[in-house]
Amino acid sequence: MSTVKEGLLYSESHEWVKVDGPFAYVGISDFAQEEMGDITYVDLPDLENVVKGEEFGALESVKASSDLYAPVTGIIAERNTDLEDQPEALNEDPYGSWILRVHITNPAELDELMDAAAYEAYLAK
Amino acid sequence: MTKFAYFPHTEEDIQVMLERIGVKSMDDLYCDVPAEFFHTEEYDLPDAMSEQQVREYFDSLVAKNPKLKVFVGAGAYDHYTPSVIPYLTSRSEFITAYTPYQCEISQGTLRYIFEYQSMICALTGMDVSNASMYDGPTAAAEAMRMCLACTRKKSTVLLSKSLLPTVSGVVETYAKFYGTKLQYIDTVDGMTSLESLKSLLESGEVAGAIVPSISRYGVIEDLSGFADALHAAGAILVEYCDPSALAVLKTPSEWGADVAVGDGQSLGIPLCYGGPYVGFMAVKKEHMRKMPGRIVGETKDGQGRRAFVLTLQAREQHIRREKATSNICSNESLMALWVTIYLSVMGPQGMKEVNEQSYAGAHYLYDELLKTGKFEKVFDAPFLKEFVLRPLVDVKALQTKLYEAGFFAALETEEGYVSFCVTEKRTKAEIDALVAAVKEA
Amino acid sequence: MRYYDRLIFELSKKGRTGYSLQAPQVKAECTIPSGLLRAEAPALPEVSEVDVVRHYTNLSQMNFGVDTGFYPLGSCTMKYNPKINEEMANLAGFQGIHPLQDASTVKGVKEVYDVLDSYLATITGMKHFTFKPCAGAHGELTGLMIMRSYHMSRGDMARTKVIVPDSAHGTNPASASVCGLEIVVVKSNANGLVDVEDLKPLLGPDIAGIMMTNPNTCGLFEKDIKEIADLVHECGGLLYYDGANMNPLLGAVRPGEMGFDIMHLNLHKTFSTPHGGGGPGSGPVGVCEKLVPFLGQNVSGFNGNFGVIVRALAYVLMLGKQNLRLAGRLATLNANYIKESLRDAYKLPIGSVCKHEFVFDGLIDDGSATGKPGATTLDVAKRLLDFGYHAPTIYFPLLFHQALMIEPTETESKETLDAFIDVMHTIAAEAAQDPEILHAAPHCAPITRPDETTAARNPILKYQDEA
Repeated sequence: MSTVKEGLLYSESHEWVKVDGPFAYVGISDFAQEEMGDITYVDLPDLENVVKGEEFGALESVKASSDLYAPVTGIIAERNTDLEDQPEALNEDPYGSWILRVHITNPAELDELMDAAAYEAYLAK
Repeated sequence: MTKFAYFPHTEEDIQVMLERIGVKSMDDLYCDVPAEFFHTEEYDLPDAMSEQQVREYFDSLVAKNPKLKVFVGAGAYDHYTPSVIPYLTSRSEFITAYTPYQCEISQGTLRYIFEYQSMICALTGMDVSNASMYDGPTAAAEAMRMCLACTRKKSTVLLSKSLLPTVSGVVETYAKFYGTKLQYIDTVDGMTSLESLKSLLESGEVAGAIVPSISRYGVIEDLSGFADALHAAGAILVEYCDPSALAVLKTPSEWGADVAVGDGQSLGIPLCYGGPYVGFMAVKKEHMRKMPGRIVGETKDGQGRRAFVLTLQAREQHIRREKATSNICSNESLMALWVTIYLSVMGPQGMKEVNEQSYAGAHYLYDELLKTGKFEKVFDAPFLKEFVLRPLVDVKALQTKLYEAGFFAALETEEGYVSFCVTEKRTKAEIDALVAAVKEA
Repeated sequence: MRYYDRLIFELSKKGRTGYSLQAPQVKAECTIPSGLLRAEAPALPEVSEVDVVRHYTNLSQMNFGVDTGFYPLGSCTMKYNPKINEEMANLAGFQGIHPLQDASTVKGVKEVYDVLDSYLATITGMKHFTFKPCAGAHGELTGLMIMRSYHMSRGDMARTKVIVPDSAHGTNPASASVCGLEIVVVKSNANGLVDVEDLKPLLGPDIAGIMMTNPNTCGLFEKDIKEIADLVHECGGLLYYDGANMNPLLGAVRPGEMGFDIMHLNLHKTFSTPHGGGGPGSGPVGVCEKLVPFLGQNVSGFNGNFGVIVRALAYVLMLGKQNLRLAGRLATLNANYIKESLRDAYKLPIGSVCKHEFVFDGLIDDGSATGKPGATTLDVAKRLLDFGYHAPTIYFPLLFHQALMIEPTETESKETLDAFIDVMHTIAAEAAQDPEILHAAPHCAPITRPDETTAARNPILKYQDEA
């Protein structure tokens, strides 16, 4: 059974968001990493902005590939380049491994994300 | 029912099988096909032939083609094929295998592809090779798409006018449908012009340029400054190479190229009217994940033994579907084996000799042809095994005379030059006979 | 099969050679400036001829081919590759012909193309074929180029989308993308067929056409094909036939008569040319009469894979009309026989009559009742290797989570099928009792399951990369 961490916000495409002042850390949920299996590569293209609902990269495993969708709109402040060499961190500690740090430009979008309880219910469906 | 060598079913077998399935006849298995589309009659085609009849038929077809000594290259080179290659590549275990999806029983295929990748990297100096492509021109077309993938938001790819028309033609086809804008780099003295390249780069729209290592006039290109100019403009350099010549010529890596492509045919693959050949593609490591095609990698099995697998598959069509780096599925695996065995038996010394002998033969023919007074020099630039001359006689009449004398030579270029090629396979006697035929023409 | 651990580079010894060239014929000083030459000779192996022969013979013995044993790989049509075909393709008179020779000097070669063109037209109901595409996916791309060229020639520039069923081969959407087309997915219904009701709202003035394979990737005949063809044609689109699944229709159904306008054939499937470990193949594209003017797409360097085309012609000549009529029927018979013989042990999601192949959705009893993790389709596939069979296609089509797709072809005898059926039952029984046996399979192959994750995370892609 995959875990859902309290205090984070979740998207239907299984990204989590941790709000930190004007910034949002973005990662993938435990459910998402379980579905992927061993992640072998994190593709983080050289974008300046992300738009809610649009792709910002992709994850690869041996037999699958999964696009990453931005849960919020904003300006990319930082990319977690450690993941290039250690993609397994997303498997081992999905809630401790952020992928992007985004400067949120439309905070109202946060209200559209699920809290832990709602995401848990979403997964149970 | 007639008996036939490839169908092992006896009449009794068929009856037992139909009973197990619960139908009366094989036609009943097509009950879901609308009757208007289902045919019970035979095709309007010939009767089955015996093996002997098939053999006689193909012998008769072969007899309709005069046997010619080939003195033309233009993308297909008549190098010698050592006997071990057709012998080994005909082994059932190689030729009747599928793509190595089940790696545990495909280690033979996976190992030779790994060796092939290693040898392509050795020839080109690049970091990573894929498992092969259809042919050189399609590899160039895939490289065009790679230029766009490696440099986001740019829409133009440059092609040197010195690329073979067979190469630029295929790239143009792919570009037309993919929506890629192509622009052409001019040539000066039979080589790609750096000045022309630089002026085209000013638009800021260029994703990359495809330039040959040897121009279609046979001139060895000097690519000094090309990579720097392209990189400064945020674009990449793709070099189209003759892999046989790379054994002696400056490598794509030494020229600073990002991608090397070409046709492996010059590595001992018979002319065979144009195919099967094998395209190759090798890239710098940073572009590895944008590369199309299959890639074999080394790993370990459950017992810690060295093992080989298809890897980085998340780029490919069976996983990414429309987002894949390419639609390419199978490669030209058996021809990659062909090339691998060729390079194994030739080794560095053999490859050097092939080039030395081709060079010597081509330069001898060049001098002798000029002496006939029927041609003039076009370029005063270094060439390896291929060159062009300006004919002073009617080309069609010359070609016909040469065909009649048993030669395929003097291929006409679009400018009206004639092109010749000499490989190590041509003897001095053959070259002299060609020159004699030219004199008589 | 036994494990053999050498790479050709490891047999190398400085100064050894494996070639025999004629003595230099003429002498010439090299005048190429050193700035145009490479700094060092390439790091190729230096080995003798006998080293090479033993090495590649040993490598071959770690491979499984159709000549080794039964190869029930779904959607790949691994039929027997007749040996006369090889000999004809390798005739010295064909091998020495340069692709740019004048037509007057290659009359026999042209006849190969012309005769095969007319035979394939008869078999498929198309008008003419181009032989330039070098593989099935290459044929798909060429066919889509023809589709777009037709629309563009009519000034119908808005047709930029192509419909692809969710069950389609992965190459279909990828080829469409390379051709600059947008993909629209049409769903399959509960019977595994294209859902006509789902299709209707997708059709419009932006649709270039639809790509279908019939029978589809579930091995099922798309019996609504006429209605689909009419709908697509009414909206101004064209129908593309993915010939990967043509084998059961050999001698029975012509794609051209079902309403398809463009199609490719995989000569390396339906027409028995060997797969070569993944190429060279050949993917000729045929079109109906009105599309003949668009057939000449310049998609490869010369004239396609001539050597493969010769093999296919030899095959058609050997079979003749009598045996061509039987080929598809026997392939269909073999597939249905296996399906009916194994449905007691493997889940059959769609029970109706199949064509050349069918799909199981895993084991009925995967052994999870023992408390251990159940045996998956991958486990069944790997266990089959232990018994001397190639595995079926697995996890495709994507409609089923545990898809196990079996295609026997017509060249397998009842005895071969019976032995395979017995082994599949044995494996099912093993799974029910102790799924661990399957998890650890293969036990008897040259290697056990390799670590693919490490291979992808830390790629070692050439000999020089080894630490």
